[in-house]
Amino acid sequence: MTDRGAMRGFSDGRRTGAAGARATPFVDRNFKYLMIFPAVAVILFIGLFPVIHTLMISVQNLTMLDEDTSFHGLVHYGRLLSDGRFWEAIGHTLIFVVVALPTELVLGLALAYLFLDRLPGKQVFVALLVLPVVVSPVIAGATWRLLFDQRYGPINQVIGWFAGEDVTILWTVDPAFVYPAILIAEIWQWTPFMFLLLLAALSNVDQSQLEAAEIDGASFWRTFFKVVLPAIWPVMAIAVLIRALDLFRLFDVVWALTRGGPGTLTETFSIYAYVQGFQQFETSYTAAMSLVVIILLAITVTLVLRRMEIDR
Amino acid sequence: MKRRQVRMAVRFVVAALVTVLFLFPIYWLAIISFKTPDEIFAYPPVWWPEQIQFANYAVLFKDGDAVTVWNSLVIASISTVFAMVIGTMCAYSIARFRTGGNLFSDWLLSNRMIPPIVIVFPVFLLFVELGLVDSFVGLILLYTAFNLPYVVWMMRGYIQDIPLELEESALVDGCTRWQVFVRVVWPMARGGLFATAVFTFVFAWNEFIFALVLTRSEVTTFPVQVTHYFGGQSNFWAKIAAMSVLGTVPIFIAVTLLQRFLVRGISLGAVKG
Repeated sequence: MTDRGAMRGFSDGRRTGAAGARATPFVDRNFKYLMIFPAVAVILFIGLFPVIHTLMISVQNLTMLDEDTSFHGLVHYGRLLSDGRFWEAIGHTLIFVVVALPTELVLGLALAYLFLDRLPGKQVFVALLVLPVVVSPVIAGATWRLLFDQRYGPINQVIGWFAGEDVTILWTVDPAFVYPAILIAEIWQWTPFMFLLLLAALSNVDQSQLEAAEIDGASFWRTFFKVVLPAIWPVMAIAVLIRALDLFRLFDVVWALTRGGPGTLTETFSIYAYVQGFQQFETSYTAAMSLVVIILLAITVTLVLRRMEIDR
Repeated sequence: MKRRQVRMAVRFVVAALVTVLFLFPIYWLAIISFKTPDEIFAYPPVWWPEQIQFANYAVLFKDGDAVTVWNSLVIASISTVFAMVIGTMCAYSIARFRTGGNLFSDWLLSNRMIPPIVIVFPVFLLFVELGLVDSFVGLILLYTAFNLPYVVWMMRGYIQDIPLELEESALVDGCTRWQVFVRVVWPMARGGLFATAVFTFVFAWNEFIFALVLTRSEVTTFPVQVTHYFGGQSNFWAKIAAMSVLGTVPIFIAVTLLQRFLVRGISLGAVKG
């Protein structure tokens, strides 16, 4: 308390001392700009400055062996166009987005409906169900790697019980199973995310509208599409957007499970960029690749935001 | 009446089964960390060890690997404090003075959407020149920057919920703008600050790509340490499991305590929850 009083006395003294209490101090006059300055400085330093640096590097020709800083024009951008592995990586990434996102959405919605009405122990269930969301994704990947082990993992064991014989599926190696394996891990971790947001959204749907629909004898699906979906749409749109962007940068789970293998079969864009930049040391090429993806992503996100008309 | 009870019973059973299914991977990870090597590599797999033993954890502490959890704690804590202070200042300016308009807010949020792998490469080149690779300063700076858009976005929402009258009367009472911020806004936003800080912390704690690229041996964080145990033929399963559990338990505790802030936190404030 005394400290607080002292502080106030100090500032009052300064104020009256400054030319008859009229002049507002510098800090107050520029307050709003001073307040954003540190944040902007940090973001510019980490966000913008490196991007400009990257732009410069992308038109040079830096590799591990070659420190050539002369201007090379757009050769690396040209190389990108004809780099099959790059476009395949983008394709793999899109497969993960296109399969995992709807699955998580539908499962999350189904779960949200399951928990919507009164249920004994609801709080406990919800608290437990959300735990996968906060596990570090790379740890989640490691966990599933242990689960998927062909000999010492419980998954093949359980499948074996149903099959009636020992099964040895090579989940992280067999080309037929690597995608299911990664998708299962991914869907396990993020379905609870969808569930949690959709449960909150469903709980906020106007009850009187639901009752009106029920009195009118509307079917479940009709009520869902006409009443519920429009009401939960804003939340759903945000949830889908967050997840879509996360899935597009998918790295951790794949890294832990397959490292993009076998071969390059599950290589996502993020993994390919990592390999090029930090294992092949194709500095300039990776720089060009990073920029192209930033631009592609910015365009996509802007278009999607426009389409979804998310209220900001 | 009877039918409703049956319905609820069925829902309860399904809910319980689903919960068990979703928790099983976490259970399996935890239980491996308590097994002996013989039990880990038993065929068929053992679902419950003979006895719970902590040798796998003891090894982590003896070899000094457990220090990576400490590294994670230092980096996540300090970067969270920085991001919260700087971010809340910025959020206050945007919430109350509309500084920079919509364009500035959108630009801030768009920084959050850039894939880390795209940012990490330029940042790596920058850090090499500044000598910040494999240093606490480097990762703290990076996590602060990466969390800032989130903090600004969330805190803007929380500050807008605070009634303006309090700040006005504080100004009339002769407080400077800064004093209004520190003495009125900051305490009023306590709940939001706390919740946002937890998610900021969780992000920095769990983050992998930045840490993988920007650390070597000095400041390895725990997720990177776990991947060090993957290797060719010999996967140190016991270490993977024990290390993962060490790093995950604190997050579980934090999130469970903050259950009521969870929805707003992970939905970027879209759901007030």
